[in-house]
Amino acid sequence: MAIRVLGTKLGMSQVFSETGERIPVTLVEAGPLTVVQVKTASKDGYDALQLGYGQRKTSFKSKPLQGHFKKAGVRPTRALRETRVTADEAGQYKPGDRITVDQVFSKGDRIDVMGTSKGRGFAGVMKRHNFRGKNATHGTHEAKRHGGSIGMHTEPGKVWKGQGMAGHYGAERVTVLDLEVVDVRPDENLLLIRGGVPGAPRSLVSIRTSVKSKKKAAKAG
Amino acid sequence: MERLAQFENAVAAQPGSRQIDFAPGDTVKVATKIVEGDKERIQVFQGTVIRIRKNRARTTFTVRKTSYGVGVERIFPLHAPSVVSIETVMKGDVRRAKLYYLRDLKGKASRIRERRDDIRTEESAPAEPAE
Repeated sequence: MAIRVLGTKLGMSQVFSETGERIPVTLVEAGPLTVVQVKTASKDGYDALQLGYGQRKTSFKSKPLQGHFKKAGVRPTRALRETRVTADEAGQYKPGDRITVDQVFSKGDRIDVMGTSKGRGFAGVMKRHNFRGKNATHGTHEAKRHGGSIGMHTEPGKVWKGQGMAGHYGAERVTVLDLEVVDVRPDENLLLIRGGVPGAPRSLVSIRTSVKSKKKAAKAG
Repeated sequence: MERLAQFENAVAAQPGSRQIDFAPGDTVKVATKIVEGDKERIQVFQGTVIRIRKNRARTTFTVRKTSYGVGVERIFPLHAPSVVSIETVMKGDVRRAKLYYLRDLKGKASRIRERRDDIRTEESAPAEPAE
């Protein structure tokens, strides 16, 4: 089942494997998801499930969305996302159905995690583009974190597109590819992911089966 | 954040999980399981605890010993399954929580007095490390 799961990043910790290795893990509270709408090819032009995650007060939602949730007969959720499925899969669900993380992922699966990275505000070139800056000593003054020259001379007479400069950095959508599911704990809705995922604790993350593992599977068989 | 703390506290609260029953300055024997190929054996590291770094499930402690005149320090995760046992050989009488000063001392100067609780008065007893 190729459903995208929504969750909340909780933070990082560690677990020990059976062989005694220490594994750094990110804890994600994943799901449970509520089916809010089933989209079908005949009615909407494509087959998809609209899934909701979390809870929000009804009054926090706009009037049109309040109506949308009411129609589905579910409580308003923190987030709504669509996930494309086949017509057969879509037929198995109706609004109000719940999907838990263990129905989608199991231990050892490869996943991609998408989130919104931590906002860094107006950042200089060293933080934003990994420029090297200038010497800390040897007479450098007032330019220790500057980028240096941004171009040539009369020829080309302009600054090339893509030249790295200071500006807003972070708070953007970031995808981390091919991470490993270390453990799934359905009774706590917990997903343990090896390594880090984008964003600050309590931020919304979206998890899908890794595209690399899908490609690999397609090649193999 | 609360859920993270919950998760980590659960590790420490598991039945049979290890508790800190030693303090900086104590001499301890730490037995670790070592896997070599398909064989397993137990290795014992004996030395002075110079640091306990409390961090819920990620708690570690550092043991220092002098081996053939060379100072050796090992950091053990308290909850690692590879740590088989921790045995306190001697209680040490120290005034600090982190005994980094031992790194600069050797020989007789690096000895730690044994703590004798029986001859101490209530006021002079060192406070128990806070949880």
